[in-house]
Amino acid sequence: MIRAALALVSASILAYEVLLIRLFSIVQWHHFTYMVISIALLGFGASGTFLALTRDWLLPRFAAAFAVSAALFGLTAFLGYVAGQSLPFNAPALIWEPRQLLFLLGLYVIFLVPFFFGATCIGLSFLHYRGRIGRIYAVNLIGSAAGSIGIVALLFLLDPVPALMLVASLALLGALLAVPRIEGSRSRGFAATLCLGILAVVLAMPSTWSDPHPSPYKALPRALEVPGTHVVDTHSNPLGYLSVIESREVPLRHAPGLSLNNTQSPPAQLGIFTDADALSVITAFDGDLAPLAYLDFTTSALPYHLLNGPSVLVVGAGGGAPVLQAIYHEATTVDALEVNPDLISLMRDHHRDFAGGLYDRPEVQAHAREVRSFLAQSDERWDLIQLSLLDGGSGGGGSLGENHLFTVEAFQDYVRHLRPGGLVAITGWVQLPPRESLKLFATALEALRREGVTEPARRLALIRGWSTATLLIKNSNITTSDSGDIRGFAEARSFDIAFLDDVKAEEVNRFNRMAEPFLYQGAVALAGEGAAEFMARYKFDIAPAGDDRPYFHDFFKWRSLPEFLERSARAAGFLEWGYPILAATLIQALPLSLILILLPLWLWHQRGVGGDGKVRNFLYFAALGLGFLFIEIAFIQRFILFLGNPLYAAAVVITGFLFFAGLGSALSTRMGAQTPDDARPAPLATRRSAVVLSTSLIAAMSVAYLFALPMVFERLIILSELARIAVSLILIAPLAFCMGLPFPLGLAELSEARPRLVPWAWGLNGCASVMGAVLAQVLAIHFGLNAVVLVAALVYILAAVAFSWPATSSRPAT
Amino acid sequence: MPRLLLLSTAILMFALACPLTAQARDDFAAKRQRMIEVIERYAWSLEAELGARQMDARVLEVMGALPRHLFVPEDRRGEAYADRPVPIGYGQTISQPLIVAFMTHLLELEPDDVVLELGTGSGYQAGVLAELVHKVCSIEIVPGLGERAADVLDDLSLDNVETRIGDGYYGWPECGPFDAIIVTAAAGHIPPPLVAQLKPGGKMIIPVGSPYVTQQLVLIDKLADGRVTTRQVLAVRFVPLVREAR
Repeated sequence: MIRAALALVSASILAYEVLLIRLFSIVQWHHFTYMVISIALLGFGASGTFLALTRDWLLPRFAAAFAVSAALFGLTAFLGYVAGQSLPFNAPALIWEPRQLLFLLGLYVIFLVPFFFGATCIGLSFLHYRGRIGRIYAVNLIGSAAGSIGIVALLFLLDPVPALMLVASLALLGALLAVPRIEGSRSRGFAATLCLGILAVVLAMPSTWSDPHPSPYKALPRALEVPGTHVVDTHSNPLGYLSVIESREVPLRHAPGLSLNNTQSPPAQLGIFTDADALSVITAFDGDLAPLAYLDFTTSALPYHLLNGPSVLVVGAGGGAPVLQAIYHEATTVDALEVNPDLISLMRDHHRDFAGGLYDRPEVQAHAREVRSFLAQSDERWDLIQLSLLDGGSGGGGSLGENHLFTVEAFQDYVRHLRPGGLVAITGWVQLPPRESLKLFATALEALRREGVTEPARRLALIRGWSTATLLIKNSNITTSDSGDIRGFAEARSFDIAFLDDVKAEEVNRFNRMAEPFLYQGAVALAGEGAAEFMARYKFDIAPAGDDRPYFHDFFKWRSLPEFLERSARAAGFLEWGYPILAATLIQALPLSLILILLPLWLWHQRGVGGDGKVRNFLYFAALGLGFLFIEIAFIQRFILFLGNPLYAAAVVITGFLFFAGLGSALSTRMGAQTPDDARPAPLATRRSAVVLSTSLIAAMSVAYLFALPMVFERLIILSELARIAVSLILIAPLAFCMGLPFPLGLAELSEARPRLVPWAWGLNGCASVMGAVLAQVLAIHFGLNAVVLVAALVYILAAVAFSWPATSSRPAT
Repeated sequence: MPRLLLLSTAILMFALACPLTAQARDDFAAKRQRMIEVIERYAWSLEAELGARQMDARVLEVMGALPRHLFVPEDRRGEAYADRPVPIGYGQTISQPLIVAFMTHLLELEPDDVVLELGTGSGYQAGVLAELVHKVCSIEIVPGLGERAADVLDDLSLDNVETRIGDGYYGWPECGPFDAIIVTAAAGHIPPPLVAQLKPGGKMIIPVGSPYVTQQLVLIDKLADGRVTTRQVLAVRFVPLVREAR
């Protein structure tokens, strides 16, 4: 029964982590969500510290402690969310208002509590079943695997809040399963009443408290302040929470970057907000093209003036605006890619009449696909591939900043899928100082060079309006006729040329004047021989992103930090949040982890208890926590392109690693991770051999996969989705299986020699996992994903060395 | 007897409150002075963006006299003169003083100008404009904000400000044509009717960014022949990025 309870609690913890990220991405901004939940996961470390200090008192009361912890996990998981969103934390004000730091601290504490109670259930089980650690760890991992895949499936069926109720209820069911093991009928009665009482509280929570309340500074709540504006429709899946709004009194009129020469108002629109932000629109369409004439007055309309009746591939179709633009310009076929299937069903089903059946027109094909895997499986070629960096539709960028749409390899894919004379067009915001446009330009140059083009600059054109810029990449040289068309298009709309191979300095800063034509100067520098030096000296990181470092939106340079700090809050708008938040998470997690790890050691030292071998054990368990997360995170990223969707990649890889590691852990009992009380302890030599063998295999396999995976993926990407998921699991299985061995083997040894250190090692592993997840991102940004895997291999070798270290004392500690 | 007690208490409270009110007034005046000093100190570094070495003295004079704290909700008045935006409810903020000064300066206003503001917000920007020009017409889409701002402007007897609640997309033709337009509620594009209501030679300014951070300003010039050009202006001085690499 306890094992079933442990499996339920393990599944609930993992599901809760995913849910919390989902819910708080609606309420807050996702970078902050990531930071808050990373720190909150230190609840695992805090639980280890707590158990290390209270072990003697809790162990005789195991079942009661387990049941109460599981019940409190269920309660605080739900109440934590309700309390967390009621705190007036306002992330954008963090730079101005010191009190926001207090609210942030409040969020850390509120969310740390449920993870603390959940982890306590697992840690207690390790302590109680000290002779069966392998099996207990297996139950924990396989339960977590079920939670990981289960929550993704559940989020397709339920909104996040009911899903949270269900997850909290599962934890309470876990608590109830432990109740029969409690000694004393009164205690059992009390525990059962507590669980049922908490369940009643969770289920009876009024929806006004539990519904997500987005920050008033996010775009959706601000739009809803406009009279006559209301939400007509919501759709939720693991990719995002969509709110469709209608504004009867004040029409939406969303058309980013429209030329000032345009005189037409956009037709009626419905707004679609993803996670209460990122507006995309469905535009009313009845088949009449005349009301769409305004779509010819954006910079993204440029490629249509160089092509006749093109076949178009739209990447990130959102509410269909780029598809309408293609139809307005007489595209013969339009393939519209949109990663979020709910956005497609909005167009096809819920608002089909409003959208004029846009996605059911004979020339339009909508695909719920990510572009890279779509192209890898397609021999088709297009005249135009349209991409956009403006908010709205999702082409497949992941939530933690990885983005495989704007890498050098992606651009090579796009160019290879063009018909002769075809164009890739990418539209983004005009930024001052320029960042995105210059990085796109540098990426295009590098991609063309890799395709063997000797004069890549001759294939590029860049124009800018007052708020958007569009880059064209042609798969042959831009002709004089093309240049004439580009100039004519720009002149008629008061757009400026920012780059053409034959551009003249006097035509780059005419209509939309900057103090200097920064974009032109940057593009010319990038196209010239001093490009490397220019990129090195530029204050933002504009070097092209690659599939190995797919962080297009990371513009941060440490060298520029003093200048940002000097300008303090005023310059905050120029800081893309991703990297600084990651660094802030690391800076906070490191000392907190160290405190949690060192506190029990210090207290034991004060009391004169404990034992030696702490350095060895510290290195061993820290290495395992770091290594596991390094490999898991690198593999999620690696599998995104193969599985064709960041969500599937995360779900399949995490589930695969947890499940097969669970099987490994179960098998570890035969290698010395199980020492039934009535049997002789397994020989140390067997255990050491098993650890050295498994860690060596992990190091060898992970490095081998670096070379093998690209080849396997290239050959097998043509398979169906299900077959690719199966292949992924088969590839992950042997590596994950080995990764399930070292932790229970080490813990089994510890439980014999130094049982006091077992919860400490468990907590240490938890802290190392948090650090591992954050460090893996930092390493990937700076050195690439391959480097993360290489470091992981080294870390596992370090674990083997640490484990082989002779313990300085053979006496059993207390 | 109770009436007498009440009366004497009221007189006592009034006597006590008078110096307190005067004290608060002095506090706000001192804060306002410090706010102006901060703007002046920062302006020197924005020479290229301002097109001058200093911020327009008239703008600073008006901002140095206008009680900004009255445009801020009561519980936030202590922060009104800080060099940062302050929340005013409805997901909006009163703009950072420097941004207000900077935008007003860039419009190069004359005393007989008529100005349109889209997005009244707190009403503070309209208040600053009112002291500098002949007439200000200000439209707010959120009724709660617009009504509160109108009350504050009324209380300050800024009679040359006309306010309206509604959709600003079509401008306010009865009030125009305009010498200048400030659009603080831009919806991704500049409404064509606004360009039409801007006089030749007029200027329009649009802050771009979140309610908390203005990233850049877009300044639109309508030329004498009716054509328009825009200028991208940063409200932060950066050591030039591109130039140094040449």
